[in-house]
Amino acid sequence: MSIAKKTRFFAPVLTAMAAAFMLSACSDSAEKQSTEMMVEKENTLALVVSTLNNPFFVDLKEGAEQKAQELGYQLVVLDSQNDSAREMTNIEDLTVQGVQLILLNPADSDAAGNSVLIANEAGIPVVTLDRGANGGQIASHVASNNVAGGAMAAELIIDLLNNEGQVIQLEGVPGTSAARERGVGFETALEGSNIEIVASQPADFDRTKALNVTENLLQANPDVKAIFAQNDEMALGAIKAVDAAQKDIIVVGFDGTAEGINAVQTGEMTATVAQQAAAVGAMGVEVADQVLKGMEVEEFTPVELQLIQIETVQP
Amino acid sequence: MNQAQTTRKLTAAFSRENLLEYKSVIALLVFMVVVSFISPSFFSVDNLLNILRQSSVNAIIAVGMTFVILTSGIDLSVGSVLALTGALAATMLGLNQSLLVVVALTLAAGAVLGCISGWIIAKGRVQPFIATLATMTLLRGATMVYTDGRPISAFGGAYSSAFSTIGTGYFLGIPVPVYIMALVFALAWYVLNHTRLGRYVYALGGNESATRLSGINVDRIKLAVYGISGALSALAGIIVTSRLASAQPTAGTSYELDAIAAVVLGGTSLTGGKGRIMGTLVGVLIIGILNNALNLLNVSSYYQLIAKALVILLAVLVDTRSSK
Repeated sequence: MSIAKKTRFFAPVLTAMAAAFMLSACSDSAEKQSTEMMVEKENTLALVVSTLNNPFFVDLKEGAEQKAQELGYQLVVLDSQNDSAREMTNIEDLTVQGVQLILLNPADSDAAGNSVLIANEAGIPVVTLDRGANGGQIASHVASNNVAGGAMAAELIIDLLNNEGQVIQLEGVPGTSAARERGVGFETALEGSNIEIVASQPADFDRTKALNVTENLLQANPDVKAIFAQNDEMALGAIKAVDAAQKDIIVVGFDGTAEGINAVQTGEMTATVAQQAAAVGAMGVEVADQVLKGMEVEEFTPVELQLIQIETVQP
Repeated sequence: MNQAQTTRKLTAAFSRENLLEYKSVIALLVFMVVVSFISPSFFSVDNLLNILRQSSVNAIIAVGMTFVILTSGIDLSVGSVLALTGALAATMLGLNQSLLVVVALTLAAGAVLGCISGWIIAKGRVQPFIATLATMTLLRGATMVYTDGRPISAFGGAYSSAFSTIGTGYFLGIPVPVYIMALVFALAWYVLNHTRLGRYVYALGGNESATRLSGINVDRIKLAVYGISGALSALAGIIVTSRLASAQPTAGTSYELDAIAAVVLGGTSLTGGKGRIMGTLVGVLIIGILNNALNLLNVSSYYQLIAKALVILLAVLVDTRSSK
């Protein structure tokens, strides 16, 4: 390339680099500024939520926001859109913002490990909400007692089916602690009973997927009497499939979202094991407060569940 | 060269035409200044390094995309190739294959997958948009089938910790993916500007029939550019899998949009034949800084999508109007 071409080519690139260096030299003063900013941000917590497309997590966020306001914290909320790479980016960006603690609701418990390590290295404590992280140091894990919840659903089904019959389980996103624990609770409680789990398939906590999966499973197992869905979204999808197949099948959900409870009220859903999503969020903030005040916290802070059936709802 | 000539040439470098041509760089600078005033955490070394590291994946894919777009094609399958090759890499690590084997085979797999698209486009004479839309869906489906919808852990193999340095390691204080990104850009710049393949790529994009009639094997060039795009997507897949220590079946979803946006923002024409690889670097940085700024300013994720789309629209409009 001739000198002219080279100059034309490199001039803007060099200008950009020079400008960047000059401006980041100013960052010394900016860093001093940001230390002052960090002092202002002394009461800032961050909530990294797996997705705000799921009403459960929207409730969780709102619960956290309310409790944060009560306790005098600012809450930064970032949405990972169910993408672990996005989640990692969110956490990296938080480490430069001077937040005191990160409340993390992982999109995938395994992939979140490295993200937690990044927060650890930046000296920011992490509290996991609803799903755990398989790696890094966690100050505490706040979740509903999913195992007990799965067992609650199993016991209800045993009761309603008079301990006889076939049941399908719709699993959540494979690999999440929520899916695993609810499954374990459900399956363990059914051991020794006469209820048979003829199929157990993941529908990723998603309504549309659950609709499709249930349709297929009902084709393959026409004598099923009950369906346990590991969350309300999937239960609502399963109900649509059951309606379309015109069968009389008990559907039990999990979560207790507004739509789920509504479905129980109208009789579409038999019951749901209600998590108190807002309570999980609020408890998370409370535990965060305790961690920041230097108090000792439990490794696992369970939040109570409530079985909601038609009798419970009707006055 | 004497003083007067040098001064003249330097002044010419900053002439009005050149300033218009380099509007993307200017936009980038203005953007950086504005953001640094709004958010004090923006101009810290840590944050800038974060931006570079987070942009590296998009950057590498965008380089491949530049090659493809220069031939007036497009490659929508990059995200799916990223996911599938990432899953392969994780599997190989689980089988205790050495780092060299894992990287080499993964890149090769990416190249092969890219060549499938290239073959459909070149020999099958299918429009690149349709062809790569099909391969995008096909490969995403293949990834789901292969992974059974579950993430594959890249952890625990004999060479897993060596592998993890690719995505999470630092060298002289700078993240390894940034070095990889720099290397990829340097190589791409060299190929596009100093090799025959590069010249043929520009020729093909400028006027396909003329290039074909001059006796150049257009099919082979197309195969090459899509193969390059596939291999670079695989490289991006290696970095993502390494960062998360896990191959996610949904990895790379919508990455093609960010890559195309970067290429377009950098001034490469979608009709082919025009554009600079360094322009893509500017485009990548604009998107990277935009993403980072939106996070630092705590903009809701719903608004982030709108903001990104508006920036890209604006850039493309300015570009189209100024080149008329």
